[in-house]
Amino acid sequence: MSPELTKAKPGSGPGLAILQVEGLSKDFDVSRPWLNRVIEGAPRQLLRAVDGVSFTINRGETLSLVGESGCGKSTVARLICGLYAPTSGRIVFEGADLATLGANEMLAMRRRFQMIFQDPYASLNPRWRVSKIVAEPVRSHNLIAAGPQLDKRVGELLSDVGLSPLDGEKYPHEFSGGQRQRISIARALSSNPEFLVCDEPTSALDVSVQAQILNLMRDLQREHGLTYLFISHNLAVVSHISTRVGVMYLGRIVEIADTKTLFRRPLHPYTQMLQSAIPDISMSGKARTPVAGEVPNPLNPPTGCTFHPRCPHVKDKCREARPEAMEFDGAKVACHGIHDGWIPIRVAA
Amino acid sequence: MTAPLLQVRNLRVEFNTRRGSLTAIDDVSFDIAQGEVLGVVGESGAGKSLTGMAIIGLLEPPGRVAAGEILLEGERIDNLSPEAMRRIRGRRIGAIFQDPLTSLNPLYTIGRQIVETIQTHLAMSHDEARKRAIALLAEVGIPAPERRIDHYPHQFSGGMRQRVVIALALCANPKLIIADEPTTALDVSIQAQIITLLKKLCRENGTAVMLVTHDMGVKAAFNLSLLLITHDLGVIAETADRVAVMYAGRIVEIGPVQDVIHDPQHPYTVGLMGSIPAVGQETERLPQIEGSMPRLNAIPAGCPFNPRCPRAFDRCRVERPQLAPAGKSRAACWLHVEEQNRGQTPVLMR
Repeated sequence: MSPELTKAKPGSGPGLAILQVEGLSKDFDVSRPWLNRVIEGAPRQLLRAVDGVSFTINRGETLSLVGESGCGKSTVARLICGLYAPTSGRIVFEGADLATLGANEMLAMRRRFQMIFQDPYASLNPRWRVSKIVAEPVRSHNLIAAGPQLDKRVGELLSDVGLSPLDGEKYPHEFSGGQRQRISIARALSSNPEFLVCDEPTSALDVSVQAQILNLMRDLQREHGLTYLFISHNLAVVSHISTRVGVMYLGRIVEIADTKTLFRRPLHPYTQMLQSAIPDISMSGKARTPVAGEVPNPLNPPTGCTFHPRCPHVKDKCREARPEAMEFDGAKVACHGIHDGWIPIRVAA
Repeated sequence: MTAPLLQVRNLRVEFNTRRGSLTAIDDVSFDIAQGEVLGVVGESGAGKSLTGMAIIGLLEPPGRVAAGEILLEGERIDNLSPEAMRRIRGRRIGAIFQDPLTSLNPLYTIGRQIVETIQTHLAMSHDEARKRAIALLAEVGIPAPERRIDHYPHQFSGGMRQRVVIALALCANPKLIIADEPTTALDVSIQAQIITLLKKLCRENGTAVMLVTHDMGVKAAFNLSLLLITHDLGVIAETADRVAVMYAGRIVEIGPVQDVIHDPQHPYTVGLMGSIPAVGQETERLPQIEGSMPRLNAIPAGCPFNPRCPRAFDRCRVERPQLAPAGKSRAACWLHVEEQNRGQTPVLMR
């Protein structure tokens, strides 16, 4: 591969890992209630939402996780933010394993990463003024005492995200969806974090507003040296914003590579399928290759490679053995067909 | 040339509120020909879904058609009684809505819902209707329809449910289908399957479809006429023959889908096309339209887009532009009028 393919996009800093995730798994208990289990003898049932996910995010880059509903991408985001406790695996932020930290150390660590949620209507308290919403992380971390200094800081944050400092006096309902998402971003930035987890930040927005928010996120990344973990189901948005992309399917990362490589040369059959499913504006009128099948029930995932029932290149090995993610020419991919060489590699023009 | 299947003439929809009436749709006109797919695209609040609702007579009060007329096969349908309209809905105009879970009754098997719809509109015995229901389910690509017909909606996945909703819309062989964001609630691979299905049905049945979508990708599928309503330009590009771009309750541009996408004539369409990220396109920043769509009670005078328009001049702030030929499409923009007066064509592309 030519060197310019692996070169990071502008805006990324030195390649130092800020976050490492190793073998992360999360099971949800979806058993029937205790009484049913006792009377009907129904077994305990676990749903494995995230299954052995590993990746590294370097300082200043944007790693995107992309996949269809139910693939576990939002669960990964919540695990990293500490909203769920992992069933197994490690999350290492700047060299410190989050599971081993005490409450005080964890609180100090919390200041350094923040989250932006999908729905700007549900993630802002409708009874609070914007200034109170934006200052909440500052207050809970005791960074600046209430007073003119805090007001000034809130004003700066609002200007940073393209709102007026005077908007602090208003309530969330007075803003449109895009403006509300700007408020969410201002709130996330108020504790001076280094790392932002963005869970579908533009999915609820119209395209023209989405463009405004994506541009804003890029500008802020450059100005504040931020690192993003970006969760999305929209491949076009992902290709625009990310440095590297991980594709998830049924709780596993099936392929991870830098953005240019992934979109120019998708390796895993699922990545190829997702790409051919994007409605393409420029190819208007062209017949699309139909994509077969649906995501299987995660309570009863297929054996071996979980993608095998939908895969056009399936062989017996795929039904039996789970493929491990291995290096392949600049990408990491979990597919027997790629590593054993029976799947042809397509490079887009 | 035969008369258009559906004609909408100067449609105006108003909402009476305590603070006066709001105009949600203002002077909208378009035609849909037999077997044509017309995509309607626009951002939230542009009035695209309301246009579809006005056509099938399902406007919720206080919304009402305040002016204009709607003609189906040359016959006015906007002033019919609720009972007469009920007979047209489902029989001659079918509808597909965004969320397949809320369009199906969770307490009845899908077979019962489809058979009921068939018997409401066609003179068929229960057994004949059931046979037709199974055939319809097979046509929309539901595996083992003989067995699946007795299942309840919750036993189907999202994509399969949307197929059932499409089968329901097809029950009485309507000439026109209004599809309001039919793929928005679905994953991208399922969306692709539904688009392929819609296209196949249009081709085979000769139905017109009004596809209402925010996704420019979906629109190219039926000989059924289809009115496709969506916010997704990608959906439209894939599915539609023609596309109408709506802004603040008005059509700002309408034309063949290829021309509107590759050579947009209205500054709003140019901005909208530019703001969509595309795979493989390497831009540091997306071109963005500043500001947001005006609220209904504060639509600016003249062209409603003028405060956000990079090319606005004095006339745009005073006088409202009408749709006029622009390139291969029609656009409501004074730039074209001014330039044509000077014998030039404006260059609008990015």
